[in-house]
Amino acid sequence: MSAASAFFSSIGLPEIVAGIMVLALNAYVLMGGADYGGGLWDLLASGPRRDAQRDLITRSIAPIWEANHVWLIVVVVLMFTAFPLAFSTLAIVLHIPITLMLIGIVLRGSAFVFRSYGSSERRARRRWGVAFASASTVTPVLLGVIIGSVASGDVATASGRIGAARFTEIFVSPWLALFPLAVGLFALALFAFLAAVYLTVEAGDDAALRDDFRARALAAAIAVAVFAAVALFLSRREAPRVIEGVVGGAWAWLLHLCTAISAVTAILALWRRNFRLARLAAAAQVTLILWGWAVAQYPFIIPMTVSIRQASAPRVTLTLLLIGLGAGALVLIPSLRYLLRTFAGRAAEARESSG
Amino acid sequence: MSDLFAARTQMALSLGFHIVFAEIGIAMPLLMVLAEWRWRRTGDEVFLRLAKRWAKGSAILFAVGAVSGTVLSFELGLLWPRFMQFAGPIVGLPFSLEGFAFFTEAIFLGVYLYGWERISPRAHLAAGLIVAASGAASAIFVVMVNAWMNTPTGVTMSGAQIVSIDPIAGMLNPSSFQQSLHMLLAAYAATGLAVAGIHAAILLRKPDARFHRRALTLALMVGTPAAILQPISGDVSARTVAIWQPTKLAALEGQFATERGAPLRIGGWPDVDAQRTRFALEIPRGLSLLAFHDVDAEVKGLAAFPRENWPPLPPVHAGFQLMVGLGTAMALVSLWAVLVMFRAGDVTRHRWLLRALAIVTPFGFIATEAGWTVTEVGRQPWVVQGILRTADAVTPMPGLIVPMLAFAALYIGLSAIVIRLIMTMVRETM
Repeated sequence: MSAASAFFSSIGLPEIVAGIMVLALNAYVLMGGADYGGGLWDLLASGPRRDAQRDLITRSIAPIWEANHVWLIVVVVLMFTAFPLAFSTLAIVLHIPITLMLIGIVLRGSAFVFRSYGSSERRARRRWGVAFASASTVTPVLLGVIIGSVASGDVATASGRIGAARFTEIFVSPWLALFPLAVGLFALALFAFLAAVYLTVEAGDDAALRDDFRARALAAAIAVAVFAAVALFLSRREAPRVIEGVVGGAWAWLLHLCTAISAVTAILALWRRNFRLARLAAAAQVTLILWGWAVAQYPFIIPMTVSIRQASAPRVTLTLLLIGLGAGALVLIPSLRYLLRTFAGRAAEARESSG
Repeated sequence: MSDLFAARTQMALSLGFHIVFAEIGIAMPLLMVLAEWRWRRTGDEVFLRLAKRWAKGSAILFAVGAVSGTVLSFELGLLWPRFMQFAGPIVGLPFSLEGFAFFTEAIFLGVYLYGWERISPRAHLAAGLIVAASGAASAIFVVMVNAWMNTPTGVTMSGAQIVSIDPIAGMLNPSSFQQSLHMLLAAYAATGLAVAGIHAAILLRKPDARFHRRALTLALMVGTPAAILQPISGDVSARTVAIWQPTKLAALEGQFATERGAPLRIGGWPDVDAQRTRFALEIPRGLSLLAFHDVDAEVKGLAAFPRENWPPLPPVHAGFQLMVGLGTAMALVSLWAVLVMFRAGDVTRHRWLLRALAIVTPFGFIATEAGWTVTEVGRQPWVVQGILRTADAVTPMPGLIVPMLAFAALYIGLSAIVIRLIMTMVRETM
């Protein structure tokens, strides 16, 4: 237990704020991630119920995607307020993938509203639909690439060589490599899995539509397993230090055990058509994967040079930030609950009333 | 094109694009809530149709504003990592509060747009009001950050090193109140009068359309008070600039020599080499009077400051003239509209007023862009006035012309699409 007590005695203000940052990223992945996954299933909609699938996706996303998206802004603001050195390092080295991700974010959001509120002509709607779906597919890959390149330790290395190495060595090779790409595809698979599982619940009593997304969720679960294996295999060579954290240590094993239990529960629940349990287990699985990564990196924000302590803003900033976050949460949590309760099961009801 | 200039151009494009959607996002919710409230009170279905129309327009414009705002939050670091590394711990507080305000706005906009049949009438109206209030709050928080860049307080320096910071003092810097007020009034004036102008133009062709007559009256209720108050707020802002940013004041007025009883220059072109402003209409002692409320006050000229600390003069001076000119026109047309309202009780039948309103339609947005140019270009060569130079804040990544061109193309394309969509929506009501 001495490892655990050492861990707890190392926790101070910077670590608490870092934890809240991961929590915000967690919320973004669970809520915003599923919206991207929905875009992928829009792109891959097929079979006799193709239009019904797209309808369900649109109705489920429409009222909530903008609120879900704000979590990403919260992560960014927390990072530049509390860990300015980490933010500037990431922004310099990962300029290119972050810019590409931003273009994806702009195209996804704009195309979605243009389709919802623009011309009702079928061809125009389809065109925006394709733009929305493609941007939804590319953006999470880039998010995963960014996380993968941070985890690999190459961002830190490149940052130390600015001015002393060629352009591509600093600004391209840290992220345009096999391991970050594998993490990118892993992220896409996870988002697709989450979205499909959520949509089985959203489909309500429409059994056929429900089974469409059940099959998609099971396929995505296989993709998740495949990309996880590929990333793990590549990491031995490309991200050795992080993988030590991922596979070593008592904490890590406990996290992995819980992740595995959630994954198996999600698949079994899908198989037995217990969709609400599947949704809970899928969300738990994704959450545990994210925290597994965070714990493996600890105490680094950008392994292996920028630690939480090193990058931390002065104490006064962190204190005020925590007070601000507390006050903000008092407004945010009831508002968010109200939003989700207002539109819970909305997609299914809308079908009933229109049908 | 140098990397620094490419970065500045990209930042200017992104802010210039976002600011229009942000203004609309602040003011449109107020319009749709007003329309819904009139409908609930009078039972007149025209108001309901109007509320739904305006809500539909708001949905598109808000979404584009939200995604372009996301770009900005990253761009601050992508283009100016050293600025964010320096300023993040100080300006992070208003930015995080803005994050929550924006969250509230996005949540209740979702409730408002999709909740017509799902929640009680009272709750629906309240959701709209929350959207309007949180939109205004996020504008205030964001502008506080910009105000801090102009008048940075709450930071103690020793050479280039920060000794101590006080984020609260940074938030409540000498420009925060003035700039936030100016921005909010700009949003209501620009959006209110733009919407009024569109409906006025339609009424010139279809004088009896009830839908457009109601729309015009409501839009004027939002636009005219703001446009009439804006010159006063501008005066307060200019006096703060005169005290805290004398170089910016000298640049925007084209004042080269330090003098007592300085004249107010209308129009003209600053000739940097000859160090004088040519072709301007000069009102004796006007500048001293406006800037310091004293006809004999001394106004510091650019010559009093080292040349490397001068901002680029032509855009700042021209931007200021344009902003003041358009703002004055908007205030005068608004006063006229109020006068007609009180004398005739109805503004929708006065054809000359309708013509004037139609002409004024884009003025508020042009004035906003001009004013934003004045405050941003007028602060150069500093990103944080007197503390951090823009050239020292830029990212070391070369080739910045490429992302600049990519975002330019993206924003031009999006602008074209949004304008077409809005025009289609307007045509549908005719």
